[in-house]
Amino acid sequence: MAARILAVFLLLFLSAAPLGSSLYEDQVGLMDWHQKYIGKVKHAVFHTQRSGRKRVVVSTEENVIASLDLRHGDIFWRRVLGANDVVDAIDVALGKFVITLSSDGSTIRAWNLPDGLMVWETFIRGSKSSKSLLLSGTNSKVDKDNTILAFGEGCLVAVSSADGEVLWKKDFADASFEVQQIIQSPGRDVVYVLGFVGSSSFDAYQINGKNGEVMHHDTASFAGGFSGNTLLVSDDVLVALDAAMSHLITISFQGGGLSINEKPISNLVGDFAGPVEILALKLGRMFALKANKLITFISISNDGKLDVLEKINSAAAISDALSVSDGRHAVGLVQQVDNKVEFTVKLGNDWNTNLLKETINMDHQRGFVRKVFINNYIRTDRSHGFRALVVMEDHSLLLVQQGEIVWGREDGLASILDVTTSELPVEKDGVSVSKVEQNLFEWLKGHILKLKGTLMLASPEDMVVIQGMRLKSSEKSKMTRDHNGFRKLLIVLTRGGKLFALHTGDGRIIWSRLLESLRKSEACEHPTGLRIYTWQVPHHHAMDENPSVLVVGRCQQNLDAPGILSFVDAYTGSEIKSVGPVHSVLQVIPLPFTDSTEQRLHLLIDAKQRVHLYPRSREALSIFQQERSNIYWYSVEADKSIIRGYAIKRTCVHEDAGDYCFEPRDLWSVVFPGKSEKIVSTVTQKLNEVVHTQAKVMAEQELMYKYISKNLLFVATASPKASHEIGSAIPDESFLVVYLIDTITGRILQRMTHQGCQAPVHAVFSENWVVYHYFNLRAHRYEMSVIEIYDQSRADNKDVLKLVVGKHNLTSPTSSYSRPEVVAKSQSYFFTHSVKAITVTLTAKGITSKQLLIGTISDQVLALDKRYLDPRRSLNPSQAEKEEGVIPLTDSLPIIPQSYVTHALKVEGLRGIVTVPAKLESTTLVFSYGVDIFFTRLAPSRTYDSLTEDFSYALLLITIVALIAAIFVTWVWSERKELQEKWR
Amino acid sequence: MGFGRRWAVEFTDASAAPSSRDVPDPPGFTRASQDQDDSSVSRQKKDAEANWKSQKAWEVAQAPFKNLMMMGFMMWMAGSTVHLFSIGITFSALWQPISALQGVGKVFEPYKDSKVDLLAPKLLFIALNLGGLALGVWKLNTLGLLPTHASDWVSSLPPAQEVEYSGGGIPLH
Repeated sequence: MAARILAVFLLLFLSAAPLGSSLYEDQVGLMDWHQKYIGKVKHAVFHTQRSGRKRVVVSTEENVIASLDLRHGDIFWRRVLGANDVVDAIDVALGKFVITLSSDGSTIRAWNLPDGLMVWETFIRGSKSSKSLLLSGTNSKVDKDNTILAFGEGCLVAVSSADGEVLWKKDFADASFEVQQIIQSPGRDVVYVLGFVGSSSFDAYQINGKNGEVMHHDTASFAGGFSGNTLLVSDDVLVALDAAMSHLITISFQGGGLSINEKPISNLVGDFAGPVEILALKLGRMFALKANKLITFISISNDGKLDVLEKINSAAAISDALSVSDGRHAVGLVQQVDNKVEFTVKLGNDWNTNLLKETINMDHQRGFVRKVFINNYIRTDRSHGFRALVVMEDHSLLLVQQGEIVWGREDGLASILDVTTSELPVEKDGVSVSKVEQNLFEWLKGHILKLKGTLMLASPEDMVVIQGMRLKSSEKSKMTRDHNGFRKLLIVLTRGGKLFALHTGDGRIIWSRLLESLRKSEACEHPTGLRIYTWQVPHHHAMDENPSVLVVGRCQQNLDAPGILSFVDAYTGSEIKSVGPVHSVLQVIPLPFTDSTEQRLHLLIDAKQRVHLYPRSREALSIFQQERSNIYWYSVEADKSIIRGYAIKRTCVHEDAGDYCFEPRDLWSVVFPGKSEKIVSTVTQKLNEVVHTQAKVMAEQELMYKYISKNLLFVATASPKASHEIGSAIPDESFLVVYLIDTITGRILQRMTHQGCQAPVHAVFSENWVVYHYFNLRAHRYEMSVIEIYDQSRADNKDVLKLVVGKHNLTSPTSSYSRPEVVAKSQSYFFTHSVKAITVTLTAKGITSKQLLIGTISDQVLALDKRYLDPRRSLNPSQAEKEEGVIPLTDSLPIIPQSYVTHALKVEGLRGIVTVPAKLESTTLVFSYGVDIFFTRLAPSRTYDSLTEDFSYALLLITIVALIAAIFVTWVWSERKELQEKWR
Repeated sequence: MGFGRRWAVEFTDASAAPSSRDVPDPPGFTRASQDQDDSSVSRQKKDAEANWKSQKAWEVAQAPFKNLMMMGFMMWMAGSTVHLFSIGITFSALWQPISALQGVGKVFEPYKDSKVDLLAPKLLFIALNLGGLALGVWKLNTLGLLPTHASDWVSSLPPAQEVEYSGGGIPLH
């Protein structure tokens, strides 16, 4: 009897443990983590005067404006602008507003400095695109109503800094006038607008700063022509380069009239080759010229004489001049010396005086210094101290003060390009006994606390301790593989060319490496990373080797640029091998074969559609040769609206590594009518997706066979007008066509047209279904559609007896050439949100039901059950269908607030969502990235195969003990009673 | 003989061997009647016991019927959806007949008698238990737990392997 009670208790525990997919407040942070970043800093403005909180306001390449704490590097506040809203300039006005100029100079915004709330916003509507410039007049005294001068879209605008009101506007609509600089003379209310007309004429306008009227207009021509940017050296001198890049031009424009002087650059820097560049730095009567891989500092005297001050290595970063006191300027220089970084502050007026010279130990993995911003403070002994904000090659941000790195931010993680995962090492022989004994007391204490919590005896203080213990559980951040497969390494490739390995338990960086092959070199001028692939996953016979990943990059932006391959150890981050620059890389196809060392075979496709096999070993080649007749590939040429399929013809004729290179044979092509259809989106299944079953069982035990093929491509095309922004086309001229194409034979399995709908299309393909999201112009709403494909040719496999004895061909290999007959079912629904990314949960065996993960416009991740996107939904489902779980049809998909995976957080600038199966079938790991990164664990069908983390083992133990005690007591009782009976 | 021996005590129990009896029975005691009476009473007793045994055996054999009715009622109460209660009932409905069938010999052990024919009750017992088992199986089927549909066999089959393999897409950028 007791055993039965125990069993019932256990069952109750098990059934009560999984508590739905949403979280309780105290579960936040248990299995998820969130990290905030800002991206590579472009501009920085310090705000340290007399304010209690010392801060720096920065704008970044991810279009983020942020206020950072100078003491710790924490974010006070942060505003993420849209992807097209590039910040051109920032400044602090009136000591309380952050002024930003963005969107090519068309938007001026003021943000409240302490809390980042937007105070006002003003748009400039001009006629043409132009350089954008911002002058907020910080160097002048704080007036009551400071005006801000902004130049953008060919207009000069004076804006009141208090309320953003446009005081006056001057349109330089003349198409050929290219404005280069704007200067506001201090004291006098005169604004100078300087620019080129054509390539050889220089114009200067004097404008009344009060009302915007042109006071004076000068023009001067220069036969040699101008090129590149200009630089304002002081209030009245401008330097530029001539068209041939051989002469330096100085233009002085004040004191009535323009005077142009030229001087050969070779006189200044000596003989040089290659490009010359004037660095865009405000150094104060001085400028820096980059030529011959050297930076030359040149000063300009009042009478226009040029003097060379110093030449330094071009790997240095130079800050803008900072006015220190009584008209003196300080310039910060950061140079790389061996493994150390030298930070020097020089006086602008007296170049040979070093105000400061410090050497800082710098992590080699941060690369070169890219940018430096300096700020001064008064030391206790009344001397000047300097701090420098340093932006490194890997996009990290460091604050350097007194020869030390005060804090660092890994802001490279704000620009993740691609993600892959790696298993952690297997745990070696169990934990030593001494360690257990040492922790036994702690362990016991912890469990007693937890028990108190369970029995509701804990005081609020105890609860805090319990919560802390749960969050800091060492179990989740161990460096070994766990039974459930929750602990993994997330290996991310960032735009800075740095690889990071993050632990899924707590998000800490295990290792980071600036890839040597993705750094600028002689052979590779502008290397960029592209993708990251799992290269080697050792198991079984190669267990003692470390797993490795393949990083694919490209030397230039254009498609036919040479490629770079790098093989990186996933445990240590060391670069095992790098290849390159090699042939161009258009596509990488991981093949389903591995060699004896568990290295996965990869095919790299170059711009001529030849394939290159990696790894380049005889063994890999022989494996490939066996399978080569069954290997196909295709290319999607979106600009030409063509999809082409290829197979291997023969080994390359003119190629060094001929054996590993194969020439293509054209097999098929799908040509869309280019005038009416433009490819807007393609999607295939995930390579690592596991499908559990081929059958779909419906109500009344009816059976349908899914058409499961990895060789299917979903293509969405739109009419040319409908592929632009929403609103640019009327419903009648926009339509969307979706295709399902077999990539072996080029056969179109399904074609569907959505009239009056338009791009952008976001789609996800899994098992036998595709879900895609688009805009319906007629309904003025977003829609989501689902297509499910079923194999009709298998449908007659319904005889139970035959199936029992195994007389069927359901598991025999299939070929696309057998032209299976398919049927598709489809349904569409309205969906409220626009979508940034969409993906589907993947589990280890594919048994667990699926959820769609939708990155919404509000930068959150929404989990939507696939059951809502089921073509079998109808208005009145039958009883059997209801029992099966078919949801009655509604016109729109529900958005349940509890099903936001990111709960209260936002993944700012969301760009991608990656799901990785855990070893536990019910659970999948979700990593979403943008400017922020967020990781969590999901159980789409609840954790049916494990106890939840807050399951109280102590309570279970106590229950068992109590039951055993009860058994003994009742046994003794019954014995005694029996004896009494006998005596009676 | 006759000299040294005056008297002797015969310790052998005379009652057991009436033939060697030379002492007359005490008055009022008739050996024959007792013998006769004794045997008739025991026979009567034995008959009664056998009767009782067979009756009991029949009762035991019929006991599963009650059980069957009880089970049927419980099953009807449990409904046809799969949950803890209905599964518990169904499995006990299956388990009880099986365990009963396993212990058929034991159940009828006390009623074993040369004069009692246990075959018929046993057969009834087995039949009733088989009936109970059938009821359990039927319940299992109504719960949908028996693999009688094609879907039950196909669901466990892995998807077919594909001969060809392809990859590609829009050029990486």
